[in-house]
Amino acid sequence: MQSYAIKSIFVANDFYVREFKFRITKEQNMFLRKIATTIAISLISTSVWASCAFENDTEIKLLSNSYDAWKAVTSAMEECGNVTTVLDIDFKDKINEAFAANPSLYQIGGISNGTMVPLLNAGSIRPLDDLVAKYGSHLNPSQLIKIDGKIMAIAMSVNNQHLMYREDVLSEFRIAVPTTHAEMVAAAAIIAKYDVVDYPIGGTYKAGWNLGEEFVNNYLGNGGEFFGEGNAPSINNATGIATLNTMKDLTAYMDPEYLVGDSTYVQQQFQQGKIAMATLWGTRAAAMDNAEESQVVGKVIMASAPMGTTRPASTNWWDGVVFATNMTDEQADAAFRVAMEGLDTEMVQANNDTGVWLVEGFVAGSAAAGAIATANNGAAPYPSSLPGMGAMHTALGNGIAAFLTGDKDAATALADIEAAYTISATESGLM
Amino acid sequence: MNQKTFLAFIGPSVLMMVLFIALPLATVLKQSFYVTQPVYQTLEVETCSPTFTGQVCLKEIKTIPIIGDNGKVITQTNFVGFVNYQNVIEFPRAIAAFANKSWSQFMAIDFWKALRFTLSFTLITLPLVLLFGLLIALCINNAAKSIRGPVIFISLLPMIITPVIGALSIRWLFIGDGILTSFLEWWLVRDIAMFAQAWTIELMMMMYRVWHVAPFAAIVFYAGLQTVNQDTVESAIIDGASRWQKLRYVILPHLMPLIVFVTLIHLMDSYRVFEEVVGFSSQAHVISLQWLTYDFLTSDLMGNRSIGRASASSMLTMIGIVLLLIPVLRGVWLDYKGKRL
Repeated sequence: MQSYAIKSIFVANDFYVREFKFRITKEQNMFLRKIATTIAISLISTSVWASCAFENDTEIKLLSNSYDAWKAVTSAMEECGNVTTVLDIDFKDKINEAFAANPSLYQIGGISNGTMVPLLNAGSIRPLDDLVAKYGSHLNPSQLIKIDGKIMAIAMSVNNQHLMYREDVLSEFRIAVPTTHAEMVAAAAIIAKYDVVDYPIGGTYKAGWNLGEEFVNNYLGNGGEFFGEGNAPSINNATGIATLNTMKDLTAYMDPEYLVGDSTYVQQQFQQGKIAMATLWGTRAAAMDNAEESQVVGKVIMASAPMGTTRPASTNWWDGVVFATNMTDEQADAAFRVAMEGLDTEMVQANNDTGVWLVEGFVAGSAAAGAIATANNGAAPYPSSLPGMGAMHTALGNGIAAFLTGDKDAATALADIEAAYTISATESGLM
Repeated sequence: MNQKTFLAFIGPSVLMMVLFIALPLATVLKQSFYVTQPVYQTLEVETCSPTFTGQVCLKEIKTIPIIGDNGKVITQTNFVGFVNYQNVIEFPRAIAAFANKSWSQFMAIDFWKALRFTLSFTLITLPLVLLFGLLIALCINNAAKSIRGPVIFISLLPMIITPVIGALSIRWLFIGDGILTSFLEWWLVRDIAMFAQAWTIELMMMMYRVWHVAPFAAIVFYAGLQTVNQDTVESAIIDGASRWQKLRYVILPHLMPLIVFVTLIHLMDSYRVFEEVVGFSSQAHVISLQWLTYDFLTSDLMGNRSIGRASASSMLTMIGIVLLLIPVLRGVWLDYKGKRL
């Protein structure tokens, strides 16, 4: 905001100087410049006051995932001054150790329901009840993550993976919006006959976490259970095999390099008009209409994630902020106030479509339609409360590729994943 | 030099080597025989979290680590013998695969899959590095004096690039519709996906490694070429030796110690192949032993990591390097003894 204001003042000043060059003296010109500078400075300070309610003088550092919603929140926090933010898609590999350090390397962590668990288990995030009482009276009750009655995190938005499709492509071939993966494959078969997009389907199938997440979505969508008695694995069954086969059917219409495609890569392929349908995170929806980087503005519609046999093949997540145990109370005070500035109504109004915000002032628009439809169809929350889920997710992420490349059949792949999980779970003492 | 002076000279470096090489190795060796686990408790926990339709509170039975008075998770460390090694090597599965005479079953085991790639990567790139290194060195040596400086500079450039950055650049040249893939597609008039199957990825990895290491070999060989006895070369020419014979019978024997040196360094380096796997994010198709160690060390979503298996895997990597070096070192030793006699 303020930078536009300053720019326009200087442009106006330049214009004035050029047009009236011969009529005003040098002294008069200097005088005008001074006025312009004064106005600009006063504008900067007032707009800082407008966007951040206090001037922060404590050094605050934040580590979070990297996508548009976090960019919006963290840049709002930075306006308070002395705030350094690190946005990193691999933040989950760093955050546990960074927060375990004493003093913690970051004061604020941007996490999700999945990534909060290890921090909570290690005791490296602090209860927030007193800070919420002091500075958080405006928070929505649903934003308060409570564990055994103690507030441990402040949620900002909810997120899930849902179907995004090119409305122009589907209507050109008179294809109805797919509601199951079988319909998605059928639609892809039609689209593939014509040269409208490079690949009909896109998928975040990068081996590792992303591929594991895709299996979790589809397996839960088919009503599968990950564990039996005593954290023993239970994925090598008919549901697991059906899930794998569905995934393989989809890959037939994907970019052959699907095993290296993460969310950002698929988002970019979508923006460049290379794919027609993809199940992608809700937080990626607004990017489709970002004219600066998208060639498909206005052409992408968000719908519910395709249904599995029992519920949508998707999981519900929430994103939010946590605060390190290992910092002084003064730092915690400042960090919390900074975070509240990042999560205020003003930020939400400026970035309404960037996420499905839980903050007061959010109006659900077309970008949120898919995520909300998926939730309404009954998507399950990501099962992060299951103690073996971490080891299972890793084993799935490492093991599924061998089935998709044809090196193993479905039952062997699942048996090997169970074996890998069993080794990890035994090692960490869960079995 | 008396013994005291000798000790004073080598003392600091011996101390450094003990501190930074021997001690870490000893701790890794020790850790490979132990497993550390958190101590768990089972509790009923009420969790309130947001959903799309408002807050939901759930009471669940959870297995969570106990946090001690010092604010850290209480852990217990147990001696487990060779269990970590067994879990890495997975002998029973390997033997079962042998019994079935099934190569694909054998390759389904991470360790053996990684070993297969690591070994073939090392053994295929080695002769290529030596060959290209020698060619570049000969080119530099035969270049006119006036342009020799710039030629050396340009041929050294690949070595200057940080390995991970180099691997990422190759990735961006070839991934999706990268410039080189687009060029190949235009040239061969067909759709090409370099990252869709293992063999193309392996090919790119080997090309990249040879491109990256050959300049090192070249500069070592070039230094060697400066000390070739010119009298011997002249006599060979007078005796009617061809260019090839000159190279085969005069220059190569002279460079032999340097070739052995480059071989040793390259075996050690390329057995630890890692940057290529990470840079190309190739773990779906190709993994290496060093990557396997890294994967054990990466924490899962619950924050658990397999320090024990990672230690075992790095000990195995070290043993592998030693085994590879033995034939080369034995050759050097025999040569040395022969010369003394």
